[in-house]
Amino acid sequence: MRGAVARCVDWPFEALQRVLGAARMPYVFVAPNLLVFGIFVAAPMILNVWYALTGGTALMPADRPYVGGANFAELLDCADHFAINTCKQDRFWRSVVNTGWFVTFQVIALVLISLITALVLNRRMPWRGFFRAVFFYPVLLSPVVVALIWKWILQPDGLFNALIVANGGIRVPFLLDPSWSFIWTVVVSVWAHMGFYTLILLAGLQAIPKDLYEAAEMDGTPHARVFWRITLPLLMPNMLVVLVLGLIRAVQSFDEIYVLTGGGPGTATQYIVQYIYETAFANQTHILGLAAAASMLVGGVLLVLTLMQLGASAWAKR
Amino acid sequence: MIRFLTRRRGGARSDWTDWFCWVYLLLGVLVMFGPVVWLVLSSFKTQSALQEFPPGLWPMGQKQVQVAGVDRPLPVFALPRADGTTQERAMLRRVGLEGQFIDPADPDRKVERARLANVTPVRELHFAFENYIEPLRQFNFSRYLGNSLFVTVIATAITLLINAMCAFALSKYEFRGRNGIFLFIISTLMIPITVVLVPAFLVVTGLGLGNSLWGVILPPAATPTGVFLLRQYMLTIPDELMDAARMDYASEWRLFWRIILPLAAPALAVLAIFSVVWRWNDFLWPLVVLNRQEVFTLQLGLAAFQGELQTQWHYLLAMTVVTLLPVTLVFAFLQKYITTGIASSGMK
Repeated sequence: MRGAVARCVDWPFEALQRVLGAARMPYVFVAPNLLVFGIFVAAPMILNVWYALTGGTALMPADRPYVGGANFAELLDCADHFAINTCKQDRFWRSVVNTGWFVTFQVIALVLISLITALVLNRRMPWRGFFRAVFFYPVLLSPVVVALIWKWILQPDGLFNALIVANGGIRVPFLLDPSWSFIWTVVVSVWAHMGFYTLILLAGLQAIPKDLYEAAEMDGTPHARVFWRITLPLLMPNMLVVLVLGLIRAVQSFDEIYVLTGGGPGTATQYIVQYIYETAFANQTHILGLAAAASMLVGGVLLVLTLMQLGASAWAKR
Repeated sequence: MIRFLTRRRGGARSDWTDWFCWVYLLLGVLVMFGPVVWLVLSSFKTQSALQEFPPGLWPMGQKQVQVAGVDRPLPVFALPRADGTTQERAMLRRVGLEGQFIDPADPDRKVERARLANVTPVRELHFAFENYIEPLRQFNFSRYLGNSLFVTVIATAITLLINAMCAFALSKYEFRGRNGIFLFIISTLMIPITVVLVPAFLVVTGLGLGNSLWGVILPPAATPTGVFLLRQYMLTIPDELMDAARMDYASEWRLFWRIILPLAAPALAVLAIFSVVWRWNDFLWPLVVLNRQEVFTLQLGLAAFQGELQTQWHYLLAMTVVTLLPVTLVFAFLQKYITTGIASSGMK
């Protein structure tokens, strides 16, 4: 039976080899992968440019009138760039500014907390494996699950409000208040992702030669000095990876926040990917050109960040 | 005991950093696990228990007893007695502001009257399993679950196969365009789905895969990280094994299928674990491709359910637990592979 199945799988490829010859078989092996990449990644990449340069609401590229840079012009059109209300696409600018603040706070918190956690987890202690696992666990949870867990805790009758009331405070409508809900999108996002970055930093910490620390101990160097002079400099490559990867992913934050706050209250937690998604798919009229233009701008930012990462890792290797 | 917990290797004196670390770790356990534990405990509460404020830790419900001759279970109340103690009695019916109570243990069932204002309901640990059963039966959740399973299993199988084939060619053959192909694949790492959302949707719709699970499965099936991970591993497998098999006139496919693939099992396992987690948790791409309820995955179903029926937290929480269960099991049993996989390839 197993032999029969195996023969069925073997047969088409052996027939191909007879037709094409053994030398061309590598192309057969890479073909499925390249086909999927080509159709679903490379072709869209090119199509995206066309979408960004055309207007209207038609989905089919042929039905879309060419408008040149009009989509970009509309996105960037502001009477006064420091007053979002004067922009033609004020939702775009609102989400750009929100994303800027979000990325700033989220990445700083992410790097600091991951670093502290990695330093703590790197120590010798009982149940080290367990503690490492604890901090990593939320990384595996789906964004929807993460959002619902926190929504349940933060709701007006939720756990946090119960604790506040029990201590004599007044209920806080966490997700209905603009500043609170911004803070919580940052907290929840850090909670969900810090385990991943902690792991990268931990790997870096473990690669630092132990004899450096032994030498420092022999000289009686204070802990703080060891940290600033040995640990941090040698951890720099991993810190850079964490910083840039964190930036790249923070810019693209969408799922958890979309389910947690829906971008609200109002537009207080609406970030750039939500703007793209809603402009293209969720709003009444699907303005694909604007969405594609916005996604190209995001792509540009990500490209710069990626190049920064490549440059940084090359610099760190040297 | 305390001396055991605080003793240190080498007998050194413990300083403030030790205390900081232990406080940090315990706080970490609370912050990282606490929300999930709270979710699981809450998911077993009845709808009325969920509306209590302040909420209790354990899922409690009113105690009920089955009394012979009465077809429904009767709620149990504590009736105050003259000497200050209370006795548990089952309420048979209520009449205005009073209730008629009987002693469940008393075979004669002498009816006793008491004002409802004076009695308190007796509560006990009660797990509301109906939270789990009802949504699977009444709402579409069993279908969402099926869709999620289908996507996860099929997508992982396809991902493993095509990425392994590609990695095999890139690691074991010299052919024209090899480096170009490798660079092309790696460069797609820089194109996240968020950047090509609109045209990728067009391509999927154009191929007739809109609102189909295949539209979710195929586009992310070729993963640059997967190719990279498998290629690095296959490079370590000696070529001599293949040369020996070639002497026996084995076809190139057989070399791949019978020799390299089994030897690459550890790397395949890591990729499989990641693929399962990615696919099970995927949200944005299915959100774009799937618009009809019948094809929703569990993630989409949950998101839609919380948008529409915000008050039905008892179902929502239970289904959230169902959704996090598979990844929690993967985590519990395969955690080591995941962490080494991330540390070695930086993928997530």
